[in-house]
Amino acid sequence: MKRVGIIGIGHGVFGRRSDATVQELAFEAFRDALDDAGIERDLIDASVIGSVPEYHKQRSLAGVVQEYLGLVPKPTWLTEVACASGSAAMRTGWMAIRAGLHQVVAIIGCQKMTELSTAEILALMGRVGEVQWESGFGTTFPGYYAMFAKRHMHEYGTTREQLLEVAVKNHFYGAKNPYALFRKEISAEKAMASEEVATPFQVYDCCANADGAACVILAGEDQAKEISDKPVWLDGVAAATASMSVLRRPHLVGLPSAEQAATEAYAMAGIEPTDVKVAQVHDCFTVAEIMAYEDLGFCGKGEGGPFVTDRQTYIGGQVAVNVDGGLKAKGHPIGATGVSMTYEIAKQLRGEAGERQVPDADVGLTHNVGGIGQYCFVQVLKRD
Amino acid sequence: MFKWFGKVNYTPYTKVSDFAQHLRDGRLMGSRCSRCGATSFPPRADCEECLSGDFEFFEVSGRAKLHTFTKIVAAPTGFEDVAPYLVGVVDLEEGGRALAWFGDSIAEDEVEIGMDLQVVPRIFEESEEIKVYYSLEPPGTTWSKT
Repeated sequence: MKRVGIIGIGHGVFGRRSDATVQELAFEAFRDALDDAGIERDLIDASVIGSVPEYHKQRSLAGVVQEYLGLVPKPTWLTEVACASGSAAMRTGWMAIRAGLHQVVAIIGCQKMTELSTAEILALMGRVGEVQWESGFGTTFPGYYAMFAKRHMHEYGTTREQLLEVAVKNHFYGAKNPYALFRKEISAEKAMASEEVATPFQVYDCCANADGAACVILAGEDQAKEISDKPVWLDGVAAATASMSVLRRPHLVGLPSAEQAATEAYAMAGIEPTDVKVAQVHDCFTVAEIMAYEDLGFCGKGEGGPFVTDRQTYIGGQVAVNVDGGLKAKGHPIGATGVSMTYEIAKQLRGEAGERQVPDADVGLTHNVGGIGQYCFVQVLKRD
Repeated sequence: MFKWFGKVNYTPYTKVSDFAQHLRDGRLMGSRCSRCGATSFPPRADCEECLSGDFEFFEVSGRAKLHTFTKIVAAPTGFEDVAPYLVGVVDLEEGGRALAWFGDSIAEDEVEIGMDLQVVPRIFEESEEIKVYYSLEPPGTTWSKT
């Protein structure tokens, strides 16, 4: 089977973008990616939009984005799997190329989260879990991950200091990313002094909602080699699910969907976890990054806490993780996140990441989680 | 009458609607598949194992161990008036899990993963319409109407 390559990447500024509609955000990333690929827009024969519809006033978002990008009458479709919607768009674009249906596909992850009022956000927040048996007790997104954290601390002795080191690391690198929402380093003391959200979490354990977009242009192997002198190959594109309800999970100290998607992605790409030099993982909450280290096999189960405090996930450690700031510092426009992760890995593998470049980065990985682990997408990327 | 279940109810219509009626009467019910006997808590009408749509309710003891918990400070719509509140996930003695609030009978600093608890059917005291739920209480606590 022929490979699928990344020939162009684009990214907009993440943050409170009161200056733009969602299609205008998508346009920034798309123009950037076209320019990066050095191709004419006509060469693109389909687009896939990753986004979560309930945040937008505009219904059926793919249509308005397609129009604004000037891609009509080419086909487009939307993928939605909560915070992993961008990676689902990547995966269906990959499928369309592998199936021979399309040759060059633009993947656009875009999201405006600040169109909604605080009241609307709070109402949505009450329905992130399984609504029949859980939401009636006022569960929240941070609340679920807080319960994972409590159990992880109980079983493995993971500490508050270890959890908050994730936030400190990601802010350290976020300060170096021009697209990040928070471009400021933080201290552990400052994180420890922030307001309580859901015990043991404080504000600095949580990522922030944001507006933003990212774009990746994919092409089949032959065309990718023709167009690009530095294609990045999408060699593993695995996905898996876990139960919607935490009442039906085999355990609450990791994400079974991530364990499975990782195993399949490594097999697809023919690599081992230790081959990964740079990774983007879904750090929606501090414990989520620690569980990701373990679920992805970067360290053993329960060793994620010491793994970060031993600086194994800083540049120079075993595997550099979230050196673009992660969701924590970069911001989390949910539909855009998976594509933004892919953008950063492509940048790293091309050796273009500037002051946050990971030396000798030849194999990279993305780990994008939807909801509280109901969905997980793991990609393995390589350079020639 | 599943609309009775929960402080805020998002799913008034379900095939296991009688669960709420039983809860009002002080019984915590799981489901058992009439064909293969597989059991579930929370109850489900359609068997996950053999796909049969025939089931019956059976009463569970409510005896449970705390699996994990959190105190939610930032509350969603409909829960602002009760925040902060302690939420726990428990492993039930008969299998399955429940997610519920801790009752006032347990102080926050007594809460510990692994502790024995009782899942107790409850009716909201202050509500005019019928509103039922269950809470996590010390072992041996019996059903009280409020």
